[in-house]
Amino acid sequence: MSTNATDTRVRLETLWEHDAVKILAIFGVIYLTYALIGLALGYSLDGIVNTLRRMTYLIAVYGMVTLALNLHWGYTGIFNIGIAGFMAVGLYVTMMLAKPTDPAGAAQYAGLGLPMPVAIVGGVVAAGLAGLIVAIPALRLRADYFAITTIAFAEIVRLGITSGALQEFSLFGIELGTGGGRGLIGNYGDPMNVIFELEVFSSFVDLTNSLFGFGPRQARALAYSMVLVIVLTGIYWLIQRTSRSPFGRVLKAIREDEEAAQSLGKNTNHFKIKVFVLGCALMGLAGILWRFRRTGVTPEAFRPHVTFYIWIALIIGGAGSNTGSVLGSGLFVAILFEGPQYFRRLVEQVITFGDAPNTFAGSVAPILSGNTAPFVRYTFEEFQTLQFVLMGVALVFLMHRRPEGLLGHREETAAAIPLIRRSNDDSTAGRGGDSS
Amino acid sequence: MSDTEIGSQSDTVQPEGQQNDVELKVDGLVKRFGGITAVDSASFEVESGSMTGLIGPNGAGKSTTFHCITGIHRPDGGSVRFQGNDITGIRPYQCADYGLVRTFQIAREMANMTVLENLMLPAKQQSGEQLWRSVMPFARRDVIEEERELLERVWDILEFFEIEHIAEEKAGNLSGGQRKLLEMARALMIEPEMLLLDEPFAGVNPTLEHKLLDHIHELREEGYTFLIVEHDMDLIMENCERVIVMHQGSVLAEGNPETITSNEQVIEAYLGGDV
Ligand SMILES: Nc1ncnc2c1ncn2[C@@H]1O[C@H](COP(=O)(O)OP(=O)(O)O)[C@@H](O)[C@H]1O
Ligand SMILES: [Mg+2]
Repeated sequence: MSTNATDTRVRLETLWEHDAVKILAIFGVIYLTYALIGLALGYSLDGIVNTLRRMTYLIAVYGMVTLALNLHWGYTGIFNIGIAGFMAVGLYVTMMLAKPTDPAGAAQYAGLGLPMPVAIVGGVVAAGLAGLIVAIPALRLRADYFAITTIAFAEIVRLGITSGALQEFSLFGIELGTGGGRGLIGNYGDPMNVIFELEVFSSFVDLTNSLFGFGPRQARALAYSMVLVIVLTGIYWLIQRTSRSPFGRVLKAIREDEEAAQSLGKNTNHFKIKVFVLGCALMGLAGILWRFRRTGVTPEAFRPHVTFYIWIALIIGGAGSNTGSVLGSGLFVAILFEGPQYFRRLVEQVITFGDAPNTFAGSVAPILSGNTAPFVRYTFEEFQTLQFVLMGVALVFLMHRRPEGLLGHREETAAAIPLIRRSNDDSTAGRGGDSS
Repeated sequence: MSDTEIGSQSDTVQPEGQQNDVELKVDGLVKRFGGITAVDSASFEVESGSMTGLIGPNGAGKSTTFHCITGIHRPDGGSVRFQGNDITGIRPYQCADYGLVRTFQIAREMANMTVLENLMLPAKQQSGEQLWRSVMPFARRDVIEEERELLERVWDILEFFEIEHIAEEKAGNLSGGQRKLLEMARALMIEPEMLLLDEPFAGVNPTLEHKLLDHIHELREEGYTFLIVEHDMDLIMENCERVIVMHQGSVLAEGNPETITSNEQVIEAYLGGDV
């Protein structure tokens, strides 16, 4: 027994080391690069640390959702393109549960005034329930129709929130509201107050102040990012366990050949519904943690592009690998999401742009006479668009060169134990087969 | 000890000549695809512990019959009884619960899973298939213990089929014959009572074919019931004690190999009269 246990530990440790090295190396490069960019832009120490903190925040949130998507697509082969919808359900329900019961002043609508932890649980459960409602009728459909159902759901959620109908409504005599297109204001105390009011937190504020020259606001933001990293680690652990188990083995079999899995006695619908609900609940949690500290939220935050960002992160990292999902999120945020604007700032350090032309035609026309500067200026002015172009190019490149992503080639074992050769002394009872 | 895992049904072995219990009874089975009637009121019985061959020309409806029995297709008419239970139109996963397992004409291995993973998948009553048990620390301990025992069983079956050397290989990288072996090994992991094999020898080289036949005979002696679809008539005649002949969706003849080979209708329909 004890040798078995130590064996397993040694093996798990080497495996962990392997992934840890990968994560540390890639994140090391990302953070170092951004620190250098900060220096080049003449940021002070607190500015640089703040840049890195923002990166961490984004990577943690994207990492959570990408892990959830990996559970759907990478493990089970469920094509979910309604991610933004499940995130929205999580966040909106949490906000409506947490908002105080008296709609004071500019804070518009009333909520249920529940404590934040309860509100978070409520939001996560609501997102999971939304997943259940989508999954039960739709998982019987063919995979492509299922995908259409998910994106339809996400759009229904977004448009439903936007519409005037739900802007303000009453449920069992309680006044609630989504705020419609104008958005919903988070007029509850800082959701992280549970932590910020701790005794130790004041020493954390002092520490960040002496280290980076942070004020209390920055210290709180830093603590928030750190909490997100802890949650990300927890989700990684959860999904890692889920996939390395008999349950995960059935998921993998569903991805490979659902009908054959059924013939082997697996009630695949049952597994698909469970895993879909779990993934959706985690997407809801990520949606909550993403924006519940902001002053408010508008449905615009959940346009379909959010879903596609997550898919890009998953494709970069490699579907089927949890470590890949985290790495993919890191690279997506660093290069494709945040990269362009920092690049622009760097370029602006070197070249000073004049006023950009107002129209595309106005920017192209001077090229004919050999003057490219207006075009460059125009391009940098239209940065959002450029970012989308960059993402498209990156996707095409990946699909061409490395469709399996960073770590997708590495299949993770779907068993609760390492699948190893049994020791020789056990295989004496061979049935006439030589164990070569 | 490890050997008895495979022969766990040895108590049901019946001496030759006493195999009268009906394991599987198909009655008036009908399956239509649009205008085609693939199975046209087919009726036959398979005796417990027997090795029965199901033959017939291509398109006779043999695979479709298998699909209807095992729930892949819902039959348009007729009934299927297994060990006395009415299993007409059940879901495929329930079929395995009854102890009736099939393999596919074209092997359907889980290509991106290793041979070991493929074999660990089908075992019944894995508590780790409940999500919470696999995640929660205390319950997971039991899951890990179960997995160890299961892995032992998997090694036993690999040994039985003499394919230990491909254990860590991805199933998608195996040769056609190895895939067929894997499919059968995988079906056995369910510890079924009856196996429906759809052309288990197609694409298997003669050496492996012999081995596979030996394995099937060995398993038969342990009490398994086999229904085997095969279009190599000689192979069926030599190895099965009973033969069912299908033609254009119906059963043309049923009986022991001798009566089948001398049946005029069979010679006409199946052998095209070239005997
Ligand atoms: N899914 C299907 N859709 C339409 N026709 C089918 C389908 N499956 C089988 N058939 C038709 O049913 C008939 C019997 O096929 P099959 O059962 O595969 O024959 P066998 O296995 O005896 O060669 C054939 O004519 C075949 O074309
Ligand atoms: Mg066939």
